[in-house]
Amino acid sequence: MVTPMEARTQTTTNATMLGSARAGANAPVASEAPPPPLKAESHNLSFYYANKFQALKGITMPVHEYCVTALIGPSGCGKSTYLRCFNRMHDLYPGNRYEGDIVLHPDNTNLLAHDVDPIEVRMRVSMVFQKPNPFPKSIYENVAYGLRVRGVSNKNLLDEKVETSLRGAALWDEVKSRLHEVGSNLSGGQQQRLCIARALATDPEILLFDEPTSALDPIATASIEELISELKKKVTIVIVTHNMQQAARVSDYTAYMYIGELIEFDKTDTIFFKPRRKETEDYITGRFG
Amino acid sequence: MSDHTSKQFDAEMEAIRSGVLSMGGLVERQVGRAIEALGEDEDSRLIDAVGADEREINQMQVTIDQQCTQVIARRQPTAVDLRLIMMVTKIVNDLERIGDEAKKIAYKSAAVRGNDRLTRIRYHDVVRMAGGTQKMLRESLDAFARLDINAAARVVEEDDDIDVAFNAVMRQLISFMMEDPRTIGAALEVVFIAKSIERIGDHSKNISESVVQVVMGKDVRHASAEQIRAEVAGE
Repeated sequence: MVTPMEARTQTTTNATMLGSARAGANAPVASEAPPPPLKAESHNLSFYYANKFQALKGITMPVHEYCVTALIGPSGCGKSTYLRCFNRMHDLYPGNRYEGDIVLHPDNTNLLAHDVDPIEVRMRVSMVFQKPNPFPKSIYENVAYGLRVRGVSNKNLLDEKVETSLRGAALWDEVKSRLHEVGSNLSGGQQQRLCIARALATDPEILLFDEPTSALDPIATASIEELISELKKKVTIVIVTHNMQQAARVSDYTAYMYIGELIEFDKTDTIFFKPRRKETEDYITGRFG
Repeated sequence: MSDHTSKQFDAEMEAIRSGVLSMGGLVERQVGRAIEALGEDEDSRLIDAVGADEREINQMQVTIDQQCTQVIARRQPTAVDLRLIMMVTKIVNDLERIGDEAKKIAYKSAAVRGNDRLTRIRYHDVVRMAGGTQKMLRESLDAFARLDINAAARVVEEDDDIDVAFNAVMRQLISFMMEDPRTIGAALEVVFIAKSIERIGDHSKNISESVVQVVMGKDVRHASAEQIRAEVAGE
């Protein structure tokens, strides 16, 4: 939040930059904060499915740290494909091929490099899917799963991680008395928060959301959106959504994609008020197609 | 601009746009009548007509604002639609205020004519100034109709001329008042008329600045005419 004092100073600086000697030189202008540091970026990323279909065409795009980046675009534009590249989901099917790279900061690891273990990548970059998909296990075991895979067996440590993850996903108070019940007994919104807790348990640096609320009712959607704005204080978030208003509500940056290409990337405020490209404007105002 | 997938949305936006234009037409007519009432051979029916226009204009302002609120509530407009809706609510406000100023001019004109001292004050400079603001109003409405930012930038430039003319009228009236204090009463009435005319220029300038905001997404409300000209040239 910018304090009124800061806003006043910023206004003066910006107005001076406009640099006219006339009365208008003191014109107030919207303040412009420097962009936050990068958490990741894709360079010229192309992706081919096993059937040779090119789903992504040379996408270069930044992901800013502790921000929510939303990917929007019509069905088949490649936004989910792009999202899945970040945790090497496409490796699960033979014949899929990446070109270009995704660099994760601060250690500059190329997530797509052959010598990088996809399992390690998925610890650092977690994913939450469209439909809540808890494992057919207890609530506790759902959350502890990633840590067990990692070889953690210390009961105290697991207990602690399960609690902090469930708290982080705003689910703890609702389930603390029934941690050993089956996860699928929860409501849809609770199941989705359970999946978020499961994703948080490995302390990921980036959290990927693939249409996380499309199967939820408006109230559960609002609680997930609220959770996303809480989570971004600790983790960088990339979200794919069909709901443009959701992108407008939750994200700091928005990317508009169309048939495998990145058409425009900018601050969400800019995209929804005055996008640079006409294609973007047509899509977000509902003039598409 | 291409059409929305939702034709109903298109129809709602078009209703708002044409509503602003007919409200603008009405305000133009009202200002025309008010200025006419300033003329030598006045007609009291003109003044009544200005009052009747006023009521219709107020009603249109309420209706258009309501339509804008409904589009925001039901459609969640974005980008150019959002900019248009936001600016329309400001433009109808400016138009309504212009209407108020026109009414003041019309009523003052009656007071001025009832005062024979005023024959000594040649206020054709005021009438000429009124012609300038009438032109500004017309051009700002044209700029809105065509979303023409170059025309909008010209209106902003013209406002500087009106301000110069207003200051000249003031100086002239002050010297009248100093020469003959008996003219003070009449001269003050003319001051109010000149001020109203100058305000119409300001509101027309606001409308033009709103047009720039609709088209470019830039808030130029407090920028100078040169800055606006430069912004518009850069688009």
